[in-house]
Amino acid sequence: MPNNSKRFTRRKFLQSTALTAIASASGVIVSPTVLRAQGAAVKIGFLQPVSGALAYSGQQGRLGASIAVEEINAAGGIKGVGKIEAVLGDAQSTPDGGNAEVEKMNSAGVCAIVGGYGSSICLATSQTAARYDLPYLVDVGVTDAIVTRGLKNTFRFGPGFGVIAKTALANLVAINDAAGKPARTVMIVHEDSAFGSGLAKLLNEQLPLNGFQILETIPHPTPTRDFNNVVLKIKAADPDIVIPANYYNEYVLLARTMQQQQVRPKAAIYSVLGGAASSYKFVKEFPQAAQFIMDCNHWFDPRNAKALALKSKVEAQGQFFTYEVYLNYSCTLLLAEAVERAKSSDRAAIVDALSSSTFAGHVMPYGPTKFVNGQNQGAVPTNTQVIGNDIQVILPEAFASAKAVYPMPRT
Amino acid sequence: MQLSILFPAVVNGILNGALYALIALGLTLVYGVLHIINFAHGTLLTAALFAAFFLYRSLGLDPYVALLLLTPAFFLIGYALQRFVIGPVSRGSDSNILLVTLGLAVIIENGLLFAFRGDTRTVDLPYSFAVVPFAGMFVSVPRLVGFAGAVVVALLLWLLLTLTDTGKAIRAVAKEKLGAQLSGIDVAHIYALTFGLGTACVAVAACLLIPTYYVNPHVGNAFVLIAFTTVVLGGMGSIPGALIGGLFVGLVESVCGLYLGESLGQIGIFTMFILVLLFRPSGLLGARA
Amino acid sequence: MKWRAFLPILVVVAVLACVPLVVHSDVVLNFLVTALLLTLAGQGWNILGGYGGQYSFGHAAFFGTGAYATAILQTRYGFNAWPAFAVGVAAGAGIGVAIGALTFPSGLRGSYFALVTLAFAEVLRILASVAPVTGAGVGILVKLDPGIHALQFSSRAAFYWFALALVAAALVVTRLIEGSRFGAWLVAVREGEAAAQALGVDPTRVKLAAMTVSAALTAAAGCFYVQYFLFIDAPIAYGPWISVEALLASIIGGVGSVFGPLLGALMVKTLGEAAKLVTGDAPGLDLMLYGIVLILVVWIAPRGVAGIGERCRAWLARGSLGAGGTAA
Repeated sequence: MPNNSKRFTRRKFLQSTALTAIASASGVIVSPTVLRAQGAAVKIGFLQPVSGALAYSGQQGRLGASIAVEEINAAGGIKGVGKIEAVLGDAQSTPDGGNAEVEKMNSAGVCAIVGGYGSSICLATSQTAARYDLPYLVDVGVTDAIVTRGLKNTFRFGPGFGVIAKTALANLVAINDAAGKPARTVMIVHEDSAFGSGLAKLLNEQLPLNGFQILETIPHPTPTRDFNNVVLKIKAADPDIVIPANYYNEYVLLARTMQQQQVRPKAAIYSVLGGAASSYKFVKEFPQAAQFIMDCNHWFDPRNAKALALKSKVEAQGQFFTYEVYLNYSCTLLLAEAVERAKSSDRAAIVDALSSSTFAGHVMPYGPTKFVNGQNQGAVPTNTQVIGNDIQVILPEAFASAKAVYPMPRT
Repeated sequence: MQLSILFPAVVNGILNGALYALIALGLTLVYGVLHIINFAHGTLLTAALFAAFFLYRSLGLDPYVALLLLTPAFFLIGYALQRFVIGPVSRGSDSNILLVTLGLAVIIENGLLFAFRGDTRTVDLPYSFAVVPFAGMFVSVPRLVGFAGAVVVALLLWLLLTLTDTGKAIRAVAKEKLGAQLSGIDVAHIYALTFGLGTACVAVAACLLIPTYYVNPHVGNAFVLIAFTTVVLGGMGSIPGALIGGLFVGLVESVCGLYLGESLGQIGIFTMFILVLLFRPSGLLGARA
Repeated sequence: MKWRAFLPILVVVAVLACVPLVVHSDVVLNFLVTALLLTLAGQGWNILGGYGGQYSFGHAAFFGTGAYATAILQTRYGFNAWPAFAVGVAAGAGIGVAIGALTFPSGLRGSYFALVTLAFAEVLRILASVAPVTGAGVGILVKLDPGIHALQFSSRAAFYWFALALVAAALVVTRLIEGSRFGAWLVAVREGEAAAQALGVDPTRVKLAAMTVSAALTAAAGCFYVQYFLFIDAPIAYGPWISVEALLASIIGGVGSVFGPLLGALMVKTLGEAAKLVTGDAPGLDLMLYGIVLILVVWIAPRGVAGIGERCRAWLARGSLGAGGTAA
């Protein structure tokens, strides 16, 4: 008996060490996918969750980034440095997946990483990048914790949910005041993970300070199979305003259920980071349910010619022009400009260049970039409303394309 | 809680439960006969949803019509999967069956992702939003059809199992595999047949679900746990158990969601599930182990 | 037990400990750390599932409890990381006792047991996603503080050795159980509860003890996760992913064997990476390949990777024992 077990385990010892050796020696895990460009000189990592639950957003993010890379390379690459060689990574919608990709990108010698999308992914990936002083530019992830950890390498181009909540509230007050304050009661329906909960908490603190009464705050999981009960509660409470904050699928299901149950708040459906509220896809597929829905969300600058050109390009490919696309497009351009000023692919120089960046060549309504502790100060969300079959910008007035229809007409 | 909310919530819960029952019917049949937990069940639902979607998109087939096409098609797919993949690869070992169905789930989900991207797709039918007023509430017509569908399928399955020769063979294999084999029943064929029936049920569920829901590669995952819960609650292998279990789960989910909120309310299903099992370890209508 | 019984473990651990001295790539070290993390979780599962025959689908309950306990104690109560880790392991074990005490006396077994453990994990997940103490939906972020006092390390190699130490402990515990009377009782319960009972073994107490050890090991994996990634939320802590991966690693590696989870974890992780390498960028293609190879592995090695060793041995022995000397 003892003899057998020794032979048995010796075989296993051989197997386990052999596997480890093979894994490391054959470089199986070392080389990520690399898109080769002719005469490529600077490698940039693009990390997105292109598989798993966040797959659609990841794919859109990757689309925006690749268009930017194509355009830059077509114009000869980054001036004085060279063409971009995009190193793509799939975060598989988990923090450890993203983490592993950052390691691979670092070892492939990228000078910076753009992306992440999800807040929990961005937290892990930017932290890992910090170990190598690798500049990390967050595309979407809205959790404020991302930029409050004191990591010198982490930058966020778009707004965090603190700014989003504040702006959403200020705009709601403005819209409500301009119409003679017809609304007072509010119901919040939010998804129960990082962004939904974080937003709901802030709204709960600040709405009462502005004269609104919160009737109920309803969290729901992602995914939620059925919104009938939520809509029942909305119907019973009959708020003036419903504030949804969730992802695309749940938003659509909620809106469709509200339409089906013939429930319509008296003044508005005012979304804050509403998953579908400012989505061309939603408007196209469910025009009736989408009518008059407002959103305070990421939006491109409608006066910017580059933005409109990008929109045509994306739609020509048969894709929808979603926020992941133009945020990643802008981040890529921003990074390229920083690399140009850094005059090299040296990471420290790029971090410095980003910190002192005043880039205005992006397509968002933020003005020139200004990073303080990694957060772009000018980043703000925009208020939109679905009017007719299109999404109009309502606020800021500087580039509004329509006036708010508020309160919603009772059809 | 006012009755004006409670009553509609109860009705909604039962209608949702019918859908869970429909998905669970296939699963419970497969468990009752093959004694395997089919990890791929959720992804098969996703695949059926995609099939229904594309039939609508390319041929304009209404999902209720597509049902007639997809049910036999998915029966064949399920039959083939069991006969040529799961059966031969796992060679009867429980843990291997687990792994194989797990592998299948990963392949199907990611195959759909690779082929069709992660976009969410919906079908918008004229009756998607149709409602009938009933006792002060609006009841969704597609959901009513779903309820009817669940009852009909459960009834058909039950009739199949009790009245037909094939059904008797299936029950024989479920009860005593060796004895059935000795009586000349082709067990591999029966296994595959059962798996095929289970998959066909999922196709029916998909066609009845699609008018009010959406399609993407990850959709099935939202129903897997609920389906497992329903199967075990009703008693593994019991057709009426799956139906009643499903309705019960839907009801509990809805009422708990009403009182505890949609997030915390989910706890009701699992807590009830645990309690039932602690006091009745083989489920509500299951045979004693 | 003779110390010689632990020799293979000693050798394996010694060789693995040398890896960071030779391999300096952070990519590989990170890969190995995650593989060891998975091994630890799987080792826990293996005690109850492999040796005890009680398949659990809810080991996330222990993983998550260990993770949250560690995180909460450090962030809310200012605990030092080391005692927080220990408390995390104990908390996980405690949940194990609770679940076992509820389910085993009811006679729940087989698939019913598996699904009830899943239900427990889901209950915990839902609670964690709404309770303020766990940060609800936002999760808990542990402060970055590299240094041995905070059980965080700036070098991947140090994390690797830490993980390896935990895995080594798990291996030793497994071997101790395997060679002890308790282990024999556990296997007896696995092979046939009624028969075991007839021989005087109390199945409920044996299963409960196994569950406790099993939970403690998997909880340690959860605590380690927090120290390594510094962030935890409800789906990460209590989501089905870790339950599935733990059982996957154990079954692929060979249930009921000391090195099974280690082999399985390395195999499964390597497969994932290899698939990515081979298929490039297309979303989902690498995972498809992963699933296909998984099925192939099950086909070729029905008793796990460790089973291959057994079959090789049997095959080699066929020619040498004399009975029917020529290939039969």
